[in-house]
Amino acid sequence: MNSKLIFTHEHGRQTWFPLLQSSKRAIVRQTWIVLSAVYETSPKTKMKAVAATGNLSTGFREESLVRAVEQGANFVGCDAGTTDSGPYYLGSGNPRGPREGVKRNLRLMLREALKAGIPVILGSAGHAGGRPHLEWTLDIIRELAREHDWHFKLAVIDSEIEKDVLADAFNRGEITPLSPAPPLDDRVIRQAQRFVAMMGIEPIQQALNAGAQVVIAGRCSDVAIYAALPVLKEIPKPVAFHAGKILECGAASAAQRLYPDCMAAEMDQNGFTVEPPNPAIRCTPQSVAAHALYENADPYRLVESGGVLDTTDAKYEAVGERAVRVTGSRFTPSKKYTVRIEGATLVGYRSIVIAGIRDPLVLRQLDTFLSTVRTVIERKVSDSLRLSADAYRLNFRVYGHNGTLGDLEPLSKECHEVGLIIDVVAATQSVAADIIPIASHTGLHHPIPEHEGLISNLAYPFSPGGIDAGPVYSFCINHVWELNDPCEPFAMKMELL
Amino acid sequence: MRELWQFTKLIRSKNAGPFELTFDIMFKNRDSFNDVLKSEALSPNVIAQLYQVDVKQVRFFVVDELLAIKISIPRRVFSGDVDDTDIYGGQFHSPLVRLPVKE
Repeated sequence: MNSKLIFTHEHGRQTWFPLLQSSKRAIVRQTWIVLSAVYETSPKTKMKAVAATGNLSTGFREESLVRAVEQGANFVGCDAGTTDSGPYYLGSGNPRGPREGVKRNLRLMLREALKAGIPVILGSAGHAGGRPHLEWTLDIIRELAREHDWHFKLAVIDSEIEKDVLADAFNRGEITPLSPAPPLDDRVIRQAQRFVAMMGIEPIQQALNAGAQVVIAGRCSDVAIYAALPVLKEIPKPVAFHAGKILECGAASAAQRLYPDCMAAEMDQNGFTVEPPNPAIRCTPQSVAAHALYENADPYRLVESGGVLDTTDAKYEAVGERAVRVTGSRFTPSKKYTVRIEGATLVGYRSIVIAGIRDPLVLRQLDTFLSTVRTVIERKVSDSLRLSADAYRLNFRVYGHNGTLGDLEPLSKECHEVGLIIDVVAATQSVAADIIPIASHTGLHHPIPEHEGLISNLAYPFSPGGIDAGPVYSFCINHVWELNDPCEPFAMKMELL
Repeated sequence: MRELWQFTKLIRSKNAGPFELTFDIMFKNRDSFNDVLKSEALSPNVIAQLYQVDVKQVRFFVVDELLAIKISIPRRVFSGDVDDTDIYGGQFHSPLVRLPVKE
């Protein structure tokens, strides 16, 4: 070990404090040495993981992260993405900001981790984990390094899958559907906008093994962010994966999540103890166990790349007022190593107009009113734009009636007012925008038998009424890809900042 | 006759990925949990009917230690598709809230 490092033992746990260095080169070298120290500790050691927050864009309390790192974290992780907000981000390549908020959160994570000489692992960069999302995140990281004169070894793991590569894998029979899955063939693959594969722990481990202090991963299993380094340090997989599942939403596993914040878990050979670094937040056995239900179709089985975490026999015990000890979960390795593929395809462009309907006579015949309005719109679009009804999609979204549940709405009460969104999706933005004035004018003056003469049925709050909502994508794949090498599709680049 | 929300402390729905919906129903106490289970107000058939899916596609879990019922179904309209009404799937639980529970 290098003499510049001072090792101490606090409460039986090893910590390390690098001495300050003046030159940049020395700092880089020191980082490398400190990390070597992390990886060379005894295999029976404990690992303390800190999740900065549930999603990088939502933020956390600065003092919570400072405290978590001071309490001896071995790494700081954070998930930056999800498919929850729909296919737009993956399809368009646009990140989901706000950029300044993400920069603030990354600044604090990097500052604390660099000070302590521990790694930062960021998964699903830029929300969807594609190449443009990775670039957007790296731009922020490089900007921060420049502004603060920070120097570290950065690993970037690409998860975007070229269409040719995916089509070849599909033709070799390596791509199998989950349920439910949209139909997939060579044409679907070629026409899609972008695909990413969701990496497991192995590509992150490869980056850490190569000495990365900051790992920026493309699309990545949330759990893998927190399980990669612990498994590398010989923490058993059931412990690391279950801790990862609890950490991935940050403070969401607390009894009451007051605001987005950090969460910490200390893992050992038999289990882990989860404890919020913020003293105002507490975990209970109930809150931690209940978190396993969240956003997961099965309460006991969590399918991950390389195996299944089974929490059927997990025990959750209170430790003091705010911490919970978790033991007893199992991990069954799967016969085949698979990664989930996500893809988005462009389906058209959307324009909308928003209107209110208040006339009780219109409201009492709303369904008939709207269906005859539709017929007239279709005819006018055909006459003036020479487009048949199957060349675009016209949706009436009727809030106050069934706007939220659509045809699953069990109630059919008459309302005193409804909000109407006329929603048009067409092949180009200009066609969608051209249909909107036809639709809004038709709806405005469409007659009802009870009123004679020209009437105006729709209250438009804005001028202009039409709003161009841009490209519309759909998720076009729900399949897994069988891999021989878990790292194979995930190219890694190292960069010295 | 009471309604489901009077027995629970949480009824929620959420995407479990873009292709599935999952419902978490957490009960106030063991009595509430047992009452609702006994009433059969919630069952795979009820869910299949309310959400217009095949009953074989309904995954129904009784999580005894958490006094919870968890239900997962495939999404008929995938998250973000042109006809989707709820990208996050966060309001699909609404028809369950006032479900009648026979006592």
